[in-house]
Amino acid sequence: MLETRNLSLADRLNIVTTALQPGAITAICGPNGAGKSTLLSALAGLLDADVGEVLLDGAPLSAMPLRGRAKAIGYLPQSGEVAWDVSVANLVALGRLPHGDAGKFAVASAMAATAMSDFAARPVSTLSGGEKARALLARVLAGEPRWILADEPLAALDLAHQLGLLKVLRAQAYGGVGVVLVVHDLALAMNHADRVLVLDEGRLKADSAPEEALSLETINDVWGVKARWLGEPGQRALVTES
Amino acid sequence: MNRASLIFAALLLVAVPLSLLAGRVWIYTGMTPNALAILAELRLPRAVLAVVIGAGLGAAGAAMQGYLRNPLADPGLFGIAPGAALGAVIALYIGVASAILLPLFALIGAGGAMALLALIAGRTANPANGIALFTLAGMMIASLAGALTSLAISLAPNAFAMSSIVTWLMGALTDRSWADVMLAAPLTLAGLAALWLAGRDLDAMTLGEPAARSLGVSPGRLMALLVVGTGLTVGSGVAVAGIIGFVGLIVPHLVRPLTDKRPSSLIVPSALAGALLVLVADVVVRILPLVTELRLGIALSLIGAPFFLMLLLRMRRAA
Repeated sequence: MLETRNLSLADRLNIVTTALQPGAITAICGPNGAGKSTLLSALAGLLDADVGEVLLDGAPLSAMPLRGRAKAIGYLPQSGEVAWDVSVANLVALGRLPHGDAGKFAVASAMAATAMSDFAARPVSTLSGGEKARALLARVLAGEPRWILADEPLAALDLAHQLGLLKVLRAQAYGGVGVVLVVHDLALAMNHADRVLVLDEGRLKADSAPEEALSLETINDVWGVKARWLGEPGQRALVTES
Repeated sequence: MNRASLIFAALLLVAVPLSLLAGRVWIYTGMTPNALAILAELRLPRAVLAVVIGAGLGAAGAAMQGYLRNPLADPGLFGIAPGAALGAVIALYIGVASAILLPLFALIGAGGAMALLALIAGRTANPANGIALFTLAGMMIASLAGALTSLAISLAPNAFAMSSIVTWLMGALTDRSWADVMLAAPLTLAGLAALWLAGRDLDAMTLGEPAARSLGVSPGRLMALLVVGTGLTVGSGVAVAGIIGFVGLIVPHLVRPLTDKRPSSLIVPSALAGALLVLVADVVVRILPLVTELRLGIALSLIGAPFFLMLLLRMRRAA
């Protein structure tokens, strides 16, 4: 279980307390500047809280050895930065750094899971946006983490690639991995997450199943937008009213 | 050992013996006995020093480019070489520049620059600022040391002191002895070891600093390895040979296309290629038919600056 207790960070997070379950996809939603990425970084152990703490299975994350933390939690930043033009295989193998081994099997199955096996020898610069996103996700999978924290992994992708990536993440969740995603698209969160956290100005406004967390009242309250959901649960679409 | 390392190791194995034969006096079989003295006391220490200094500069450049994720980074930007130069210039200025004291002062200067760099950049509340702080602190130290060096030149007590400072700053391996090798080689080796240890962390930095930290990289440890590694390699190089620029910039560039482009794959071949470049450049300045030997630092800058411009032009075309 990955928990935050009274987590506060300057003027970005304000007394956030939640407990995330493994084996599920949790979406973090909120307007720009609500503190979504900050919360994700804190959950990954990359930010020191002013007040409160992050606990992994009951133990404070800040007291964990760096490599132990790195083995348990895979973090995919939004930037998608790859500074040097390495091959896909070498990029994915970076995920093995916390383990200190080549992890050939883990690297191969990570590339297979993301349908990147055929691209192993390709330089990263030759990949399309969707292929690069898959390769970067494969890098995280190669570390075989118990938690996958990804900052807007779907934002720059077309519909087919979004669904493909979500399928991979869903398979991970079935395998017992805790998946936490920052998601801008409320319909994606509504249809694909098991649970949604709504942040507004650093405060946790909702923390429950998507139908409840992304209620029309919450959307109006947090985003200041009048909207309504169409369709059935699992196949929702959001329309705004002007 | 990767392909690039093998190539440069092989070239170096050929170049070192050949370099011993070249110079004002060409050495060939059947020469007088003083050929042996020239070899053992003049050419061999000079060749070894060229290899040691070039290896340090090449590896430091590769590590710095990996750390800053920028192919235009040069270890000279970070204040350690100017710090070492300032130390040496102070020794020349106060007139204690013996064969032992001058390098010692230079090492103290390099150590001071390292300490200042670590002090400013080492402790930051927000680790995300680490690299920017490191770069800016390094540039600040470099310009401060540069200004103090210029001050020492302008206040030089006499023309002789001024000319000895200016000449020394240009960097050369002329008439270096085994004593210089004894000083520079162990320090450079220790520095190379530190840079080599940083390799895996530098690979992780490929994904940006937050992702690197999520992979277990400690920014403090990485910065310490780089400050110590660059300080020892570049500092000891400046201590015995003066400022030799551009090697740290050019060499990783030339080597990178021959590797798989991971920063860790670049460090060893860059060390070997740096050694080769300085060795060959030193042979060239030795055999050029000039009245006074062309300074090695000038020669390398003469090659380096146009190379840098070419890079910029290529970048402009690519973008």
